Amino acid sequence: MTTTMTVTSGVRRARSAVGALPRSARAGAAILVVLAAVAVLAPLIAPHDPNAIDSARILAAPDLGHPFGSDALGRDVFSRTVFAFRTSLSIVFAAVAVASLVALPLGTLAGYFGGWVDQIISRPLDMLLVLPALLLAISLIAIVGPGSLVAALAIALIYLPILARVQRASALVVSQSGFVEGGRARGWSPLAVIRRHVVPNALGPLLVQAAILAGFAVQIEAALSFLGLGTQPPTPSLGLMLSDGRDVLTQAPWVEIFPGLAIAVVVLAFNLLGDGLRRHLDPQGVVS
Amino acid sequence: MSERAGRNGGGAVLELHDLSVRIPVSGGRWVEAVGGVTLTVGSAEIVGLVGESGCGKSTLGGAIMGLLPGGSRVAGEVLLRGQDLRGLAEEDYRRIRGDDIALVSQDPSASLDPTFPVGAQVAEAIRNHRDVSRRAARERAVELLRVVGIPDPGARYADPPHRFSGGMKQRVVIAAALANDPAVLIADEPTTALDVTIQAQILHLLRDLTVRSGTGVLLITHDLGVVAQVCDRVAVMYAGQVVEQGTVREVFAHPSHPYTRALLESQPAAHHRSGDLPVIPGRVPDLSEPPAGCRFAARCPRAHDRCAAPPPEIRTAGGGRVSCWLHHDTAREAR
Repeated sequence: MTTTMTVTSGVRRARSAVGALPRSARAGAAILVVLAAVAVLAPLIAPHDPNAIDSARILAAPDLGHPFGSDALGRDVFSRTVFAFRTSLSIVFAAVAVASLVALPLGTLAGYFGGWVDQIISRPLDMLLVLPALLLAISLIAIVGPGSLVAALAIALIYLPILARVQRASALVVSQSGFVEGGRARGWSPLAVIRRHVVPNALGPLLVQAAILAGFAVQIEAALSFLGLGTQPPTPSLGLMLSDGRDVLTQAPWVEIFPGLAIAVVVLAFNLLGDGLRRHLDPQGVVS
Repeated sequence: MSERAGRNGGGAVLELHDLSVRIPVSGGRWVEAVGGVTLTVGSAEIVGLVGESGCGKSTLGGAIMGLLPGGSRVAGEVLLRGQDLRGLAEEDYRRIRGDDIALVSQDPSASLDPTFPVGAQVAEAIRNHRDVSRRAARERAVELLRVVGIPDPGARYADPPHRFSGGMKQRVVIAAALANDPAVLIADEPTTALDVTIQAQILHLLRDLTVRSGTGVLLITHDLGVVAQVCDRVAVMYAGQVVEQGTVREVFAHPSHPYTRALLESQPAAHHRSGDLPVIPGRVPDLSEPPAGCRFAARCPRAHDRCAAPPPEIRTAGGGRVSCWLHHDTAREAR
């Protein structure tokens, strides 16, 4: 009885929280839900095998059976784009999740304790921050070798110091607040204060930053694959398809245009979500 | 020790003996925020600690809670029911905080976590120190919310803090502070952020509840009106030191220390219809280099040669204590 009541009230609260989000965040979230569904259901949605080569359809123009046309090997671009969503979104999701989950405790501890704890955590992260993003990724791939998983780790490594700094700053602010002092005065241990008061109140900026960075992660993944350092052929990835399309841009622009549009849509969706979340969580921060 | 216990009687729950706090500031210098405070709070007694901003009132509260900025040095004794808290390991201190000593701080909006229902914050205060079930803690929290005057506490339990007014939030904070029947409650400017009508309600609530449970209260405030309303005794603090203490009636009717007198005179009152309020000339001394003698001497209208030496503490006729050379004479004459 009581459990069902709390469950329904929880659902209602979640629903009202979504309803309270700005329209841009809801639009971004909606696009991402659709894209995620496409990624998960790729085998059902794609009309053809993404890697099936058809010599009769080399650079064939779009038609009803092949809405995005075919590439230099006669593969169906629509099917490849659908599967590329799967590859790219998995890499992006893994990268941002890993970076956030590592950045959360590091940034929180650095911000809450300050002093030497902060120094030990923040200085090595600052060193990561000094290196240009792509150089960092390329160095890691040079050591470990190319691949989707390595690309994800490389992106996570790029994002870790950024997210950790965001979390550190917000944990620092929350740590000064009355309820953290109050928690200490009620006899909580530092870790209990962090878990109960600091993390829930300091999480917002990290979520916003993660959502915005996820959009850029799609681009980094595309860039790495484009350079041949990320996803390896014949597995379709948005960046890899872009790289293929460049060679035939003048004869068959559809090979280039559709994966390019797909990247644009994903980046736009993540940005809408991140921006809307920012406005929702920090109404004072709205300038325009 | 035995002499001390005898002097304070059996009722003292909190005793401070010659408590000093030094806080590090930039440039390797130290500020003596509290300098040799001796003070007792009895069971069910409300002691007011008054003084202007920066006189060390809140630092004194922090020293009692064991929550001072890092690097601070504390000297002297803080006795809770006769047990010195100063030697305690952090973990043991933690067990006492929120259980035997509780804190109500100035801004009720800041002291409640915006992400949790208010009732849960009261219930967690209980579960942190008592091995009780969630359900029992919840029931007790609802009961506490009712006691502090939250209407329909069962329904308001799940509301987040932003659905409460400032006065209601402070009631919740008081409920959380009194959840474990503390021996001592430190109320640091509990009504400063509230408007005057709510202020009186909160003060009377605080008094009713602590008298009923036998909790001793150290009420830190800069407002003499608050002291007059609810306190039994008052200690007047100036530049880190208690210059005078006694019963509220005695100190307000016959202030012995020139600073207390000046403080009372600078209070707006109904009979001061015209003219400017008297002010105390000069500034509070720099506590990184406190004066060797009386710290009020530079601003005191009755300062004289002997004020260059630390003033003696003297019993007043009404049973209070004052640290001032002026009373050295009368005390001797009286003898």
